Amino acid sequence: MSKPLLGLILGTVLGLFDGLTALFYPYAVPWIMSILIGSTFKGLVAGVLIGVFARKVRSVPWGIVFGFGVGLLFAYLVARMGDPNGQHHYLEIMVPGSIVGMILGFATQKYGKGSKWIGANQS
Amino acid sequence: MNWLNDEMVNHLREVSALPDLSGTPYRILRSLASGGMATVYLAEDAKLSRQVALKIMDVLAPSNEMASRMQTEARIIARLEHPGIVPIHDVGSLPDGRVFYVMKYVHGDDLTKYARKEGSLPERLRVFLKVCEAVAFAHAHGVIHRDLKPANIMVGAFGEVLVMDWGVAKILLTGDEGTQLSGDPYFQGEEGKATADETRLQPPGEIPAVPFVETLSGTVLGTPSYMAPEQALGQTSNHNQSTDVYSLGAILYFLLTHRHPHEGASIGQIRERFLRKQVLRPRDVVSNIPRPLEAVCMKSLATDPLDRYSKVEDLEADIEAYLSDLAVSAYRENVLEKAGRWFNRYRFIVLLLFAYMFVRFLVFFLARR
Repeated sequence: MSKPLLGLILGTVLGLFDGLTALFYPYAVPWIMSILIGSTFKGLVAGVLIGVFARKVRSVPWGIVFGFGVGLLFAYLVARMGDPNGQHHYLEIMVPGSIVGMILGFATQKYGKGSKWIGANQS
Repeated sequence: MNWLNDEMVNHLREVSALPDLSGTPYRILRSLASGGMATVYLAEDAKLSRQVALKIMDVLAPSNEMASRMQTEARIIARLEHPGIVPIHDVGSLPDGRVFYVMKYVHGDDLTKYARKEGSLPERLRVFLKVCEAVAFAHAHGVIHRDLKPANIMVGAFGEVLVMDWGVAKILLTGDEGTQLSGDPYFQGEEGKATADETRLQPPGEIPAVPFVETLSGTVLGTPSYMAPEQALGQTSNHNQSTDVYSLGAILYFLLTHRHPHEGASIGQIRERFLRKQVLRPRDVVSNIPRPLEAVCMKSLATDPLDRYSKVEDLEADIEAYLSDLAVSAYRENVLEKAGRWFNRYRFIVLLLFAYMFVRFLVFFLARR
C-alpha cells in the first residue's frame, strides 16, 4: 500500500472516530451527521497530504511535525466555521485534531510503500 | 673500526629471521599475528602499491601435508567470495618451500577489542548478524569454519565485518559447491571425503584418541572456549554446520557478557563440563541480559548438536526478530512479556493514542464546567 493511500484510509477512519467523539458533547448531538461528514472529509484530505509528504521526505520527526501542522491547520479551519449557534469550539476541535495529525504523520512514515521516484534515484 | 651496537644486532637478527620474499612483489613491513603454524605479516604489494596481509608458514622445509593444508586454506577462502569473508589476492611458495598466501589487510579491531569498545548491545548484535551471514554463506557452499572465535573476526573502521582464518575449515560434500569441490582432485580423500584437513593430515578413517583434535604436527584444531563439544571430544565425524552454530553461540555469549565461555577453566575442566552436559548461562554472569537473548545463546550452545539451531539462518532469524521486538523461536514468553514487547514495538503510536484519549477526556470535562 502506498503512503498516500495509507494516509487516506487511516485519515478517513481516524477522522470518523474523531467526529464520533462529538457524541460526548450534548450540545453537538443535533448536528452529529454534519460533524461526522466534515470530520471524515477533514481526515481524508489531511491523510492524503501527510501521506504525500511521507513519500517525499523520509523522516519520522519531520513527518510528525508536518502531521501536527496539517492537523492543527485543518482543525482550525473547521473550528473557525463555528456551530449553527455561532459559537467556536477551538479547544475541543484543534487539540485532538493536531494529535490525529501526529498519528497520521508517524504511521505514514513508518508504514506504507516508498515512492518509485526515490527508488529510481537510488538505483 | 666501528662495532655493531646491540640495537643493530637485534635488527639484523629480526631481518634475517624474516622469510625470504625475493621473487615476489611483496615486502614485509611488520608482523601482525602469529598462530599455531603460520605468521601473518603486514606487507606492501609493490605492484599495486597497497598494504596486504601475508600469511606464511612458520615451519621451514614443510612436509607435503603441511604445505597442502595451507594451500587448501587459500583455496577454500578463494572460493568463498562474500563481503564478510576476507578475500585472497594471491598464493605461492617461497624458495625454502614455505607456502604463503596474500589477503586483504583489514584496518580495524578484532571482535574482542570491538566488543569492549562498543557499548550498545544492538550494535554488537548487528555485527554478530554479519558474522552469521558470512558463515551461512560458507555453509551454503559446503564449508564449515570450525574455529570461529572473536580473534578470528575483524571489524573494520567502516563497519565491515570479516571472518578470517579458515585454516581448520572442513568441506562437506553437500550443496552445489560441495559437489564442485568434490570434483577437484586436490580435495579428494581416499574415500572421496573432501575435507581440508582430514584427507591430508589424518590417515583416512582414523579418529584421534586425544581429547582435542590434533593434526599430525600437533596443532590443536580450534580454540577450547569456542569449541563445540563434538570437537573437544574428538568426534571428527560429527562435525557439521551445527559445530559452527555452537561457536557462534559462544561468540554471542562473549558479546553479551564480555567474557569468554568457560573462562578460567582448563581444557580438562571444559571437557568434563561437556560430558556432564553442564550449560553456560549468560545471566549468571550479567543478570540484566534479556531472557530471549539468553535463550537464543543457550540453544546455540546446547551440548547435543540436535538441540541446537539446525542452520545458522535460524539463529540469524532469531537475532533479527529480537532486534525488531518480535518473538524469538528459542524463548516462550508469558503474557506480560508479550505485552511489554508489543508496547516496545508500537510505543510511539500507543503513546499518541493515549495522548489523544487523554486530551479528549480533558476537553470533555473542561467543556462540561
